Amino acid sequence: MSYLAEVHVTLKPLVNDPAGLVIRDGLRNLGFHEVDGVRAGKYLVIEVDAENKVDARYRVEEMCKKLLANPVIEDYRFDVREVEAAPQA
Amino acid sequence: MASFGIVVFPGTWSERDCYYAVHDRLRQDARLIWHKERDLSGLDCVVLPGGFSYGDHLRAGAIARFSPVMQSVVEFARRGGLVLGICNGFQVLCEAHLLPGALMRNASCEFRCVPTLLRVENADTAFTVDCAAEERLSIPISHGEGNYYADADTVARLEGDGRVVFRYVDEHGEASPEANPNGSVNNIAGILGEGGNVLGMMPHPERSCEDLLGSEDGLKIFRGVIRSAERVLAR
Amino acid sequence: MTAIVDPRVLHEVALTETEYEQIVALLGRQPNHVELGIFGAMWSEHCSYKTSKPLLRQLPSTGDRVVQGPGENAGAVDIGDGWAVVFKIESHNHPSAIEPHAGAATGVGGILRDVFTMGAFPVATLDSLRFGPLDNPRNRFLFGGVVGGIGDYGNCFGVPTVGGEIYFEDCYTDNPLVNAMAVGLIRKDRLMRASASGAGNKVMLVGADTGRDGIHGATFASVELTEASEERRPAVQVGNPFLEKLLMEACLELVDKELVVAMQDLGAAGLTSSAVECASRGGVGIDIDVSRVSRREEHMSAYDVMLSESQERMLIVVDPERELDVNRVFRKYDLHADDIGEITDTGELRVFDGDDQVAHIPLRLLTDELPIRHPEGRAPKERLDLATEKLIIHTELTPPESFLKLLASPNLASRRGVWRTYDHQVQNNTVVHPGGDAALLRVKGTRKAIAVTTDGNGRYCFLDPRAGARIAVAEAARNIVATGARPLAVTDCLNFGNPEKPEVFWELSESVAGIAEACTALQVPVVSGNVSLYNDTSGTSIYPTPVIGMVGLLDDVEKRLTPAFRHHGDMVVQLGQTRLDLGGSEFLRTCVGRIAGAPPRLDLDLEKRTQAVVLEAADDELLRSCHDVSDGGLAIALAECCLLGGLGADCDAVAEDGADPDVVLFSESQSRFIVSCAPRDVPRLRDLAKKHSVPSQVLGLVGGDTISLGRWLSISLDEAAAAWEGGLAAGQGGFTEGPAR
Repeated sequence: MSYLAEVHVTLKPLVNDPAGLVIRDGLRNLGFHEVDGVRAGKYLVIEVDAENKVDARYRVEEMCKKLLANPVIEDYRFDVREVEAAPQA
Repeated sequence: MASFGIVVFPGTWSERDCYYAVHDRLRQDARLIWHKERDLSGLDCVVLPGGFSYGDHLRAGAIARFSPVMQSVVEFARRGGLVLGICNGFQVLCEAHLLPGALMRNASCEFRCVPTLLRVENADTAFTVDCAAEERLSIPISHGEGNYYADADTVARLEGDGRVVFRYVDEHGEASPEANPNGSVNNIAGILGEGGNVLGMMPHPERSCEDLLGSEDGLKIFRGVIRSAERVLAR
Repeated sequence: MTAIVDPRVLHEVALTETEYEQIVALLGRQPNHVELGIFGAMWSEHCSYKTSKPLLRQLPSTGDRVVQGPGENAGAVDIGDGWAVVFKIESHNHPSAIEPHAGAATGVGGILRDVFTMGAFPVATLDSLRFGPLDNPRNRFLFGGVVGGIGDYGNCFGVPTVGGEIYFEDCYTDNPLVNAMAVGLIRKDRLMRASASGAGNKVMLVGADTGRDGIHGATFASVELTEASEERRPAVQVGNPFLEKLLMEACLELVDKELVVAMQDLGAAGLTSSAVECASRGGVGIDIDVSRVSRREEHMSAYDVMLSESQERMLIVVDPERELDVNRVFRKYDLHADDIGEITDTGELRVFDGDDQVAHIPLRLLTDELPIRHPEGRAPKERLDLATEKLIIHTELTPPESFLKLLASPNLASRRGVWRTYDHQVQNNTVVHPGGDAALLRVKGTRKAIAVTTDGNGRYCFLDPRAGARIAVAEAARNIVATGARPLAVTDCLNFGNPEKPEVFWELSESVAGIAEACTALQVPVVSGNVSLYNDTSGTSIYPTPVIGMVGLLDDVEKRLTPAFRHHGDMVVQLGQTRLDLGGSEFLRTCVGRIAGAPPRLDLDLEKRTQAVVLEAADDELLRSCHDVSDGGLAIALAECCLLGGLGADCDAVAEDGADPDVVLFSESQSRFIVSCAPRDVPRLRDLAKKHSVPSQVLGLVGGDTISLGRWLSISLDEAAAAWEGGLAAGQGGFTEGPAR
C-alpha cells in the first residue's frame, strides 16, 4: 500500500540557529515588528510502500534516526497517511 | 616515506589539492580511493578531503558517511590508523561519529573563503609533532558550514583532554570573536578523536602548501603524519 | 502560397510573419507544431545571431596562437608547453532578472559546460555584473540573489571564482546584466570539437532527466521583458552543480580515453540546438527519437522534449563499438545515459516519437537559410549633443570630500565582501586572488601563469559607443599587463537593448567597430563570445554594454606584480599622462551629478607603447608593484595601492591641462599605470619609458599612514579604509561584518 510521510527536522531548542536569526531580522525589516523569534528547519515528503501503517511508521522512524536527522543537533517528528497509489505510467 | 589514501566521494573536489600537497610537494606515496572501493591496505593515513560530497544535500557529509569506503575507514581508525578529515572530511567524520559534535551553518550565514591563523593547542598529537606548542599556522578556510558545535559537556571534555588541536586566533594570538570566521564554539578549528589517531579540521592545510600560494604552514600537518607513520614502522 | 497561422502561435515561438513565410517557402509546405518550435528556437536571435552576425564578422579572430576561433563551444589559444587555454563568456541576463539566484547559477553552469565539452578542465570563472542602484530594494534583491547563485554553483562545483566586476547604474534596474566567463586548460592535441561525423554513429544523451524547464528560454532571451514576463517564471531552471561535477568528471574521462567522436553540451534551445549544431558542423544529418529520452515529468510531448532547457545534460556521439565502454564510465559516476539517435548522411534533422516521424527539416534551413536582419542604425541627436557638450565642472565638494565620497561609492568601493563568499583558491592555482587588476593562475608543471579579467564601461559606451568599446578592450589589456602578463585573446559579451530600435542598432554597430579597432591594434583576436540583445524593460534600453573577457600569459610566475605597495621608501611613478578627461567619469556622476561629455581620449598606439614599457619593466624586475589607472582616476588608483598594501604614500601630481585639482585627482585619462620601484631602479624605468616615447612622472614615495596627493589631499589610511571597505555593504544591508581582516 502507498503512504505519504511528512517529516519535520528541526534544530534542538538549545542549539543556536543563525539562519533563524537572519530570517527574523529580514521579517522585521519588512515591517513585521511583532516577530519575536524564528527557527528554521527542514520539511521532507517521502513516498513509501508498506504493508500497513504501523510498518510504514516504523520504517520512517528508522529513516529519521539513520539519515534524515542528526541526533547531535536535530529533533524530528512525522505524520504518515495512506494515499492512493500513483497511476502506472 | 608514508602512504596516503585520499578518499573521493561524488562531489569531492580537493582530492587533487591533497594529492598535490602530499605527492608533488612532499614526495610521498599517495593514491586516490573512489568511494565504492573498500581496500585500504598498505596505507598509513587516510585523508577525507574537502568538497561538497553529494552536493552537501540534507546535511554536509550526511550521505557520504554511508559510502562503502567508510566502513573500511571506520575499521582502519579502530585499528589505530591515522585519519585526517579536512573541511567536508571533518563533517563526514562527525556524521560517522568518529568525532563528537557537528558542523553547522556559519554564523554569518555566508560562505567564507578567507585566510585564518590557527594556534596549535596540542603539539603532541600524531598530526602536530612537526609543530611547536602554541605555534601559529596560516591556513585558509573555505566553507559555508564550518560552525563547530558540541554540547557543553563534550566541549569541556575536549578542552580538558587536550583534544582541541587548533584554535582560530588573531594576530595577537587571542582567540577573539573577530578571529572566529564561522561562530565555532570556543573558536575551535580542529579536534582529535578519543584514540588520538583521528583528526578533523575545517581549514585546508592542502591549500597552504606552497609559498607561491601564500603559505607553506599546512605542510607541517602532513609532515607530522609522515613522522608519526615512520615512528610506527620503527617500533 | 499564403501562409495561414495564428499570430499567437507565432508569438509563442517569437517568429515574425515574414520569417514564417520564409519557412513555408523553404520547406515547400507549412511546418507542423514541432517543426515550428524548432525553427523558432534556431532562428531566435539568441541561437542564430541573425541581427549581429554581419557585424561580428568585422572582429579579428585569427592569430599565431589561435587554436580554435569562433564557431565552437569555446575559443582556445596556445600558451606553449603543449597547453592551450579554453575560454568563453556568456550572458544569462533575462533569467536573472526574474529569478536571480537560479538565473546566475545556471549561467555559471552553462558556461562551465561550454568549456568542459571541449575536453578542457575548468580552472577559473569570472563574473561581470551590473545592477540598478542599491537604494532600490528590488536591485538589492537581484544583487544578493545573483552573488548567492554564483557562489553556490561555483563553490559546490569546485572551480575557483577569481574575478569579475560589479557596477551600478540606473539603466540596469529591471535589466541586470550577468555575464559569466569560464576558463579551462587542456593539452593542445586533445582539444575536443562538437562536430558530429560517421553515419551510423550513436547519439547519446547523458545527465539530468528532461523536464519542462526553460521551454522557450532561447526565445525568452530574444524579446523584451514586460510585466507578462513574470508569468514566464517556468522559463528559469534550477541548477544542480553536484550533478554537473559528476558530468564533467565523466566527460573528461571519456575524452581522456578517446571514447567519443563528438561532444556537445545542451544550453539554450536544449536538444534542438545541440543536435542541429553538432550535426551541421560535421556536415552530416541526425535522427532523434524523443521516446527514448528519460523524462522527469509525465505527459511530455515531442515539442516539450526537443525544446526543454533542463540543465546538466550533454550530447555525445559515439562509435557503436565503444558504447559499452562509454556506459561503463557513466555507471562509475552513477550517471544515466540514453541512446536517443543516430548520425546519418542525409543532411537532415529527423525527429521521431517511437515509430512516428514528427519533424523533418534539412539542417541548412535551420542554420544557413535564415534571413539575416539588416536593421537601420541611427545616431540619436540628443546623444551626440550630450557627448559633445562642453562640461561645466561645478561641485560643492572639496577634493578630500569628493575623494572619500568616490572611495565609498558602490562602483568603486571594495568588493571583498563579495569575493570572500566565493571559493577563489580551490585547485591550488590562484597566485593573485581577486581584489587587484587581473587574477593570476599558475599552470602546474610549468613556470607559466595565465592572467584573466573582465572589463566594460556602459557609461562611456552610452556617450560614445565606439570610443567606449575601444576603451573596454584597452582597459582589459591594461589589467592583464598590470600583472606582468601579455594579453593573448578576447571573448566578448555584447549586452544591448532592442536592436529593432535604430539608436540601439547604431550602438551595436559602433561598439563592434570599436572592439575590432582596438583588438586589431593591440593584437588580441576574439576567439569566442556571446550576444545578448533585447535588454529592455517596457521600452527603456540598458546602456550599450560590451564586456571584454581577456586572457594573458605570464612566462615566469615569479615575475608577477600586484597593485599593493610593498616597501616603505619605494618611489611611486606614473606612466602616461593626466589630461582633462572627465567626460563620463565617476567624479562627474557622483560629485557633479551629471552623465555627459566625451569619454576619455584613447590613443591606441600610445596604449600599446605604454603596455610595452610595463611588460619590459616587469620582465627586467624593475617594478615592485603595478596598477592601472581607470575609474575614479589617479586618486582612487593611488588609494587602492595604499589600501591593498597597508602603506601610505606622499605624492604630488600635475595634469597636462593645468592644475585644477579635480582634473589631477579624478580625470580618467587612458593609458596610465601607477607603479612603485626601488629608488635605484627609477632612472632605468624612466629611460625605458623614454625609449618607447611614453611620458612618465615621479609622483612621490611610499610610506607613512597617510594618503597624500599634492596640497589637496591628505587622508589617513584608516579613514580611507573605513570608506572603501564599508562602501558596498552600506548600500545593501548584507556582508556587514565590519572592516576587513
